Formats: sequence, C-alpha cells, structure tokens
Amino acid sequence: MWLSKRQVLVALAGLGIPVSGARAQIMPAGGIHDAGGVHDRHGGNRVVGTVDHAANGFDPVAVATDFDFGEVSAGPGGRRVREWTITAVDKEVEIAPGVYFPAWTYNGRIPGPTLRCVEGDRLRLNFVNSGSHAHTLHFHGIHSARMDGVPGAGQVDPGGEFTYEFDALPFGCHLYHCHSVPLKRHIHKGLYGAFIVDPDPDRHETQSEAALARLAGTPENARWQEFVMVMNAFDTNFDDENEFYCVNTIPFAYNERPLRVERARPIRIYLVNVTEFDPVNSLHLHANFFDYYDHGTTLAPTLRTVDTVMLCQAQRGIIEISFADHEPGLYMFHAHQSEFAELGWMSHFEVV
Amino acid sequence: MSRVFWLAVPVLVLAGLVAYVLIGRPFEAFTAAAPPVEELAVEQVRLERGAIALTVRADGSIPVEIAQVQVDGAYREFTIGPSGAIGRLARATVTIPYPWIDGETHHILLLTSTGVGFEHTIDVAMTPPPLTGSSLWTLALVGLLLGVAPVATGLLAYPAMRTMGPGAIRFLLALTIGLLAYLLIDTLREGLEAGAETLGRLRGETLVFVAAALTALVLLAVGRRGGRPPEGLALATFVALGIGLHNLGEGLVVGAAFATGAAALATFLVVGFILHNVTEGIGIAAPLLRARPPLIAFAALAALAGLPAVLGVWAGSQAVSPFLVALCFGVGAGAIVQVIIEITGFTLRADGAATLARPAYAGGIVAGLAVMYTTALLV
Repeated sequence: MWLSKRQVLVALAGLGIPVSGARAQIMPAGGIHDAGGVHDRHGGNRVVGTVDHAANGFDPVAVATDFDFGEVSAGPGGRRVREWTITAVDKEVEIAPGVYFPAWTYNGRIPGPTLRCVEGDRLRLNFVNSGSHAHTLHFHGIHSARMDGVPGAGQVDPGGEFTYEFDALPFGCHLYHCHSVPLKRHIHKGLYGAFIVDPDPDRHETQSEAALARLAGTPENARWQEFVMVMNAFDTNFDDENEFYCVNTIPFAYNERPLRVERARPIRIYLVNVTEFDPVNSLHLHANFFDYYDHGTTLAPTLRTVDTVMLCQAQRGIIEISFADHEPGLYMFHAHQSEFAELGWMSHFEVV
Repeated sequence: MSRVFWLAVPVLVLAGLVAYVLIGRPFEAFTAAAPPVEELAVEQVRLERGAIALTVRADGSIPVEIAQVQVDGAYREFTIGPSGAIGRLARATVTIPYPWIDGETHHILLLTSTGVGFEHTIDVAMTPPPLTGSSLWTLALVGLLLGVAPVATGLLAYPAMRTMGPGAIRFLLALTIGLLAYLLIDTLREGLEAGAETLGRLRGETLVFVAAALTALVLLAVGRRGGRPPEGLALATFVALGIGLHNLGEGLVVGAAFATGAAALATFLVVGFILHNVTEGIGIAAPLLRARPPLIAFAALAALAGLPAVLGVWAGSQAVSPFLVALCFGVGAGAIVQVIIEITGFTLRADGAATLARPAYAGGIVAGLAVMYTTALLV
C-alpha cells in the first residue's frame, strides 16, 4: 500500500466523488446526529446497571445523612468524652455497576463513618488495623504530634491497634484519612471520611443563634436538612488518573435517585474534597445561589451568594442553600469540571 | 499391533499431561493472588445515525465483562449483544447511542469489571456509504480508476515493447521483478500493520507469513501442474493474478478509508496514483513479448489485475475485521512471491544464469524499485 487512508481519500475527493451518503446531505449546523428518544434526565450520560449496595454494605443515599456521634460518656470533671472504634479492612467494593475495586476501607465503607462531635469534646478513637498494610487515622484538627496519625506517630501495622486521643477543635467541617505512605495509594483506595465538629453555643455568645443552628440535637438544627458529601474518585486501572468521579463513592448515585428535600426547610451540605490526582474539585448548584463557610470554622459565611465553589484536595466547607422561593422540581448540582460531571459527579435535588 | 500401541502411547501421555495441568492445578500457588488477565480488541466499528457499534473480541484468563463504556470521557448508555461476559476468543457487539459528530474524532473506553480500560479511537467519524445504487457504482468507479484503468493503460505500451530488442526485453523483465519486489515489501508491511491490530492470540502478523507461504506454494504447484513452468500468456496471467490480489488488499484499505476517513481536496494526487499503477501494466505485458496473444487476452489480464480492487473497495467500505485484512495481504504477498520466482526462472531458462549478473539486469531491478518508490511519492 503506497498511500495512507487519509491520502487516498484526499485523492478521491479531488474527483468530486461523494464520499458517503451522509455527506451528500445538507447537515444542520455542527452536523450533529442525535440519537433521538434519549432526552430524559441523564441524556444518555450515565452508567449502565445498578450497584448492589447491600453487598457493598453501604448505600450512598444513607451515607449522605448518616452521622456517627460515637459513644458518649462523662470523663474527669464531667467533661464529655466521645469514643469510636474504627477498623481498617481490605474489601472489594462495587464502585460502579459491575466494576469491582480492591479497596481499603474504614469500617467497610467508603467514605468511612462521618464522625460528628461538639467543640471541646474529648475524643477517643480506637483504631484497629485488620488490613494487609500499615495504616493510620490522621485527623485534620488540633492535636499533639503524638496523635497526628502519620508514619512514626500512631501508625498501626496489620493486626495492631492504637488509640488516638485529642480535643475536638476547632469547630467546623473537617476530614480524616490514612497518612501512611505511599500516600496517594492509601488515600485513593478509600481510607478517608468526614469529621464534623459542631460549634458549642456557649463559646460563641454573640453568634449563639448561628451556633445552635449547627449543633446537632437542638430544635434550631432540626429544621435543617443536612447532607455529608465527600467528593471522591477512583482510579480503577492504577494509572494515576481517575476513571470515576463521585460524591460518596457511587457515580451518578444522586442522579439515579435524587436527594429529596423540602423547600420550606434550609439545606446544609458538609462538603469535603478528597479527590486524588486532580488538583481541584468543585460543586456547582443550578438555578440557585448559596452561602459558603470555608472549612466551616466561622459562623458567618466566608463567601456569600455564589453558585460554584472550588476546593483543593482536603479543602472542605459548609454550603447553606434555601429553595424556599423556588417551585418544586429537580435541581441539578455537579462538579463544574465537565469531565468530572460526565464521569459520575452529577447529582440532583428533588425539591418538593 | 505394536504400531497402534506406539501411536496410542504418546496420545495417552499427552492427555495425562493436559489433565494434570487442568485438574491438578500445580501452579495454583503462583496464580491464586494474581489478578485476572484481560484482553479486548476492537475489530470493527460501525457508525450509524446517532449510534456507534463496536465489534470486540476478548481473550484472557477469565471471560471479559464490559461493565461500563465511556465516549469522549463521559459514561454512556450502551447495550451489548450477546449479553453477559465475553468468552475467550468470542465476539460481541457493543452498541452505544451517541450523537457523534460528522468528521470529528471520538474516543471510546471500554471498562471491564476489574476496572481495566480498553481504548479505541475513531479518527474521523463518518457513516459508511450504503452498498446500493449510486453509491455502489461510485465505489466501483473508484476501484476501476485505481485498479483497471492504470493496468490497461500500461498494457497499451505492448505494441511498442514488441519492437524492442532482446536486451530491452530483458531489462523490462528485470524492471518487472523490481516493481514486484516493491509490491511484495509494501503488501507485507500493510498485512503486518493489520495483523498487529488483531488479538495477540490470533497472531495476525504470523498469519501474513503463513498465508503468503501457502499461497506461493499452491500457485507454484498449480502453475507447474503440466510439468513445465508457466511462460508467455500463462506467466502473464499469474503476474496479473498476483497484482490483482495485491489490488484486492489495496481496495480494502481504500474502502476502509471511505468508512473512516475525512476528505480534503486534491485532484493531482489521483493522477499520481494512476502513474504509479501504470507500471503494473508494463509488468504484465513483459512476459508476453515473445508470444502473440489475442486482443481479448489483454482485456482479461487488465480485468484480472484491476477488478479485485473494485471488490476490495466495496468490502473495505463496510467494516472488515483486521484479521481478514491481514489474511488478504498475506495471500497477495504469496502470489507476488510466486511470480517473482517464475519470472526469474523464465529469464534463467531463456537467457542463462549469467544474465542475472549483468549490470543491465540489476539496473532493471533497481529501476523497477526506484520507479515504484518515486511514483509513490506523488500520491
């Protein structure tokens, strides 16, 4: 063969021969062939099939509202102590329909349990490593070097245990993750979770109303519809690029099953970005604007009236939304990196 | 009795060995922790309005389950038929409704249940021309222009060639060897390229050589079935057949370009193409210089050498698996090997072995190679 395919075609086109039936037609602008018929919510952009959440042992819809307050007891001087036991386990997780990922997990789920406490609580974390590699619990919070959960300080070998103990500070929306090396691999295989410290209203007298609205268990907080959203991703072929992007592990989960919210009640999202390999992730809300509290460590918004926030890895914050004046319907939210959105980080609120 | 026994013994031992490996699983300790091996080759791509259909072939240590499909970095709905996992060397068709865009590139990623991805790029998206009516004729015209027309044009030089002296005829035969050698190299290269696209286990590249060897042997045997090597019209017929098989493979690739390529505009390139193939006609005419064939024979030779290009263009415009393309080029290469052998033999018998060592003869071969290479630069 003495011609490349393209050259041959180039040559033949010179004869004015129509090279295909389609080209002989006048195409509409852009020449887009539409599949037709697929014009529903996902427009054909979806994963095919369903994940067996029961076999996984966790459901992303439940994960979004599942707060683990730990075991509460009274410590010395009547101080409140919260205690959790967290076990690292190797587990094959169906991270998308029909796609099985050899994950490392805290308590068998990804993200790990959402640990929620109150500013100033004494926290005690009994960490058991049932996995095949050394792991840690590294909290984004204020604590001593000994409790940092890094190689040399609280790293636990397979079969070992360690108890981390520190005060719940500062209040805000935080995270914890494994800090063993190789770090990228330990994080993206699933060892991370949200860590929420509610403000203590007594410590914020001038802003006690805002603090009460954040403090779980109060009537002021009860009217809020709260969700945890850990933005994560999976590199299924270990080439340091992600194949799936998601919130709480399962791609398109809240697209197939939108999160139902009542429009009369405000929405609060504890948003955490743990996405590995990509520098940033983001959340963009359709048809509405919101207030944002970076790291959740303030009681006044750090950004007002925005519809998109951008977070680097480990950055997190609190989003407060009201649909009070909206008509009911499906309101989309997703990463505004179109790539991430089309690879799974696509969601809807069903506002009723 | 003892012969039967000694034939049965190796068969039984072989069965025992296979059973030991399959049932006894002596390598379990090594392979238990190893992840499964998966291989997937996209063999055919068909674009229809609003849909992309891929024919894939699987291989590996487990059946390959295509769990999800990305087009251009987005997960897409798809169906797979037959449904379920694809067994070893089995084929399946993945159909993806997708608003693909005319003339643009699309990237497809097939993600298996183990999270391994197999990529395929559609370089230029186009619907294949339907094989009916005017489009069938258009494709045929392309084949005629690329195959029959240049060969027939080259044969028109026959009367002039007949007036030449024996030295010139020897030179023309050497020239024919050179151009056939060029076609052989080119055919093998094309075949190996297609063979590389097949699944590893199908050994597409090996297939090219095996098919070439078999074809050459069969044609040599057929050509000498009367006890004598082919000469004159018979030899010209074999040359035409070899070039025809080459043009068939050529047509497949040209046709595939219709299904997958985008067109720019340049008429002069086609002119170069015709100039290039005209030499083939001279090659077919060369063995006829000492015979006096009827006019109809020339028409038949032009048809034999050129018409396969039409068939190739038709078949190639529809999606053809790379395995078949490799096979076609292998057969073509074998046919060329046969005619190189027979033309060389013809010269040996007619003019003696010393001819082959003459500078004029070597010059003819070099000229053949050079003409083919140079005219290839035009297209």
